Amino acid sequence: MQFIQPDINIDFIGKRFIGFSISATLILISLLSLLLHGGPKYGIDFAGGTLIQIKFNNPTTVDTIKDALKPVGIIGASIQQYGETANNEYLVRADIAYKKLEGLSEKVEQALIQAVSDGSEIIDSGQSSEETTASSETSDPTPTTQTVSQELEAEQPEQKTLPAEVRRIEMVGPQVGKDLREKALLAMFFALLFITIYISGRFEFKWVVSAAMAGGLMGGVYLIKSVGISMPFLIVFALILAMILFWCLKLQYAMGAITALIHDVMITVGIFSIFDKEFTLPIIAALLTIIGYSLNDTIIVFDRIRENSRKLTRDTFDIVINNSINETLSRTILTSLTTLIVVLTLFLFGGGIIHDFSFAMIIGVLIGTYSSIFVASPILLLWRLHK
Amino acid sequence: MKNISPRTIIILLVLFGSLLYVLPSFHIDVWPHKKINLGLDLQGGMHLVLEVEAEKAVESTIERMGNDLRREMKTNHIKFADLQRHAFQLHLKVLGNESIDKFNQVLDDEFQEFRIASRKQDGDQLSMILDLPESDVAEIKKKAAEQALETIRNRIDEFGVSEPDIRRQGERRILVQLPGVKDPRRAKDLIGKTALLEFKLVDDKHSVEEAIKGKTPLGTEILYQVVENRQTRRMSKTPYLVEKRTTLTGEYLTDARVNIDSQYNEPYVSIKFDKKGARLFERITESNVQRRLAIVLDNKIHSAPVIQERISGGEARITGSFTHEEAHDLAIVLRAGALPAPVHILEERTVGPSLGKDSIRKGIASMVIGGIMVIIFMVIYYRVAGLIADLALALNIILIAAGLAGFQATLTLPGIAGIILTIGMAVDANVLIFERIREELRVGKSPLAAVDAGYNKATLTILDANVTTLIAAVVLFQFGTGPVKGFAVTLCLGVIASLFTALIVSRQIFDSLLINRQLRSLSI
Repeated sequence: MQFIQPDINIDFIGKRFIGFSISATLILISLLSLLLHGGPKYGIDFAGGTLIQIKFNNPTTVDTIKDALKPVGIIGASIQQYGETANNEYLVRADIAYKKLEGLSEKVEQALIQAVSDGSEIIDSGQSSEETTASSETSDPTPTTQTVSQELEAEQPEQKTLPAEVRRIEMVGPQVGKDLREKALLAMFFALLFITIYISGRFEFKWVVSAAMAGGLMGGVYLIKSVGISMPFLIVFALILAMILFWCLKLQYAMGAITALIHDVMITVGIFSIFDKEFTLPIIAALLTIIGYSLNDTIIVFDRIRENSRKLTRDTFDIVINNSINETLSRTILTSLTTLIVVLTLFLFGGGIIHDFSFAMIIGVLIGTYSSIFVASPILLLWRLHK
Repeated sequence: MKNISPRTIIILLVLFGSLLYVLPSFHIDVWPHKKINLGLDLQGGMHLVLEVEAEKAVESTIERMGNDLRREMKTNHIKFADLQRHAFQLHLKVLGNESIDKFNQVLDDEFQEFRIASRKQDGDQLSMILDLPESDVAEIKKKAAEQALETIRNRIDEFGVSEPDIRRQGERRILVQLPGVKDPRRAKDLIGKTALLEFKLVDDKHSVEEAIKGKTPLGTEILYQVVENRQTRRMSKTPYLVEKRTTLTGEYLTDARVNIDSQYNEPYVSIKFDKKGARLFERITESNVQRRLAIVLDNKIHSAPVIQERISGGEARITGSFTHEEAHDLAIVLRAGALPAPVHILEERTVGPSLGKDSIRKGIASMVIGGIMVIIFMVIYYRVAGLIADLALALNIILIAAGLAGFQATLTLPGIAGIILTIGMAVDANVLIFERIREELRVGKSPLAAVDAGYNKATLTILDANVTTLIAAVVLFQFGTGPVKGFAVTLCLGVIASLFTALIVSRQIFDSLLINRQLRSLSI
């Protein structure tokens, strides 16, 4: 079986300006959406706040939950139904940066459980609310407390009548959120620089030049970081500087690859912003995987370009590039397909927590495949045409 | 097969070894006994990041030294005034030339730790500001963090959580991971409690009401006793006027146990002092009969019994309307000792066990579905060669599982996502090779030559592509915490495993098919 005929010859390079304009439009839309939304929407990992996932035994409404939260002092919380309606599962998120978040989750938990137990007729509310205070399951049987734990075990069966179950609590203090945000940005930046060294070394034998450049950039970022400048600006500035350096040092393969990667990440971030999805730690993991994946694609095309340009041909460099893209096209499509199959199953069957992760991956695989053909390879031509 | 190549032996050894590592995770107990660790998000549990308020430890050290200084000056009859602590400094005034001389003597002889921050003499009045050198302050802070870690570890050990992970993170943060903890709220209370036990005498001479209005007599303070009525769940607060001076603290405790009061059938905590504490306790009770002694825990009064007689033997009991577990937990924190400084929670992630099970079920379901779809696709597209790739894929998953168990890495939900992603990407290496072989076949090479050329040309590409993915994964591992780290681990393992299966295993299968079985044509 074959999807792509061996003698296929699509003029990708000739259409590169169409590609460039599509990419430019997508990036512009992404930036615009980011601007309109006031930057990326951070999840509690990065913004700080409290998230509680709670599952009720009986149907409840968002309003009931809202009312229950008022006495605790949470008014601006966002409450979302989670999963299917029949599950009665809700996500409560309070993103106000409380000075002290301690004890907050307990209060919310208690208020919610109490609210539904008061309302439900099946359960004797007095009894159930008492259980919430003494929600004891076990006690370790140290000699002194053996009698105690035995008594507790006897009480256990009643536990099942709890009207709601708190399935997940996440609380991140604002300082930790900021730390995680900076670490995530640094991680992406460092990953890009290490990859630069490897590509320049492997494809152009410019190990020393690229290592010196990357080392200088890393050192610079570290130095300026200690001065206390805003991290996102610093990274953006460093990336622009890196691009200029690539140009001057003629690290063309690195430039092609990194441009494609930045392109992929920006568009994925933009689409996330358009769909109003939150950035959490797993999403950063997804972005880094997209970097790895897109690079994988790009390198396979580059590899073919390197191989073909060593052959003795009279073809010009743009034809060599175009042939290489066509020769690897079958593989590019196939791998994207198999990866898409698994990411789609993750998206459909993987459950709520990795839903956004797989969504990011789907976008990333599609964009990554596109960018290795229409962004990374044509950039190699920039130098040749200027000569 | 007549001749078994060394490559086959290596493959079989790796397969056998990884099976050994995988089996324990499926309840088949064989030698290495290493199971795959499930992350907190999969098995449920609690993840906490605490920050030690180390400044408080410095403050209390300086406070204590100030008290020592005060006592020393009193015994030496030095006249002084306004001895007070401001942040990390001690301010005081020494009055009279004679006193100043004696003070200098005392300061040089007994308090060499102090650094003189400022010294102003105005006639016969000396104003001093004392503090500690930076290195000492740093040392106290460091000790506070270390000691807090140790105390928390003791408390958790006594609480009984299997395989807790407690470690320092940075200078003053403590990471606590409690997998499978049943009652997260209770565990959190236990960890976060400073558990500073103090005994203070109640001031019965002045009225509490007056004091609340703002006329607190010198050397006293107002503390509250908070009691929750368990029937009505109402809180009641009772104010007490107590002397600021602490007569005795929990540092002299040797033991604390839960007992049941036979009369009221209520639990109480009985505590035991060491020799010095017992002597102190005896002296206090002796000289304050008929006064009330407040038992204060973290600035809250637990009870304030009237001292009926001198108590010797160094045993006392803390009563209060405890539940069984409250008493039990109180005994634990008292035994493990007080935290040197308060801690507060910076980050908390708690996953209930049912959600964890859900996640595993869904993760494995999508792994199976995705895997089967890819396997079917490969067979349809590449026929026999597709089967070879599928074999390599299956081995790949076994290798990752074995790697997880072998390195005792933690499998998290993003980790499962990583494995699923690897399924997609592991096929990539095979696809690259197969496409190359097809190209070579098209040029008219024999199957054997085509396979050989295909592998030779694809190897470098595969290496380049995988090394870059590995770079991203390693960076992810370096920066990642918890779930993200788990993802990076499976990604790394996946890359290495797919290099092995694609370049060595599937190659060997091709070779044995073509050479040993003398196949003429290749179904690819």
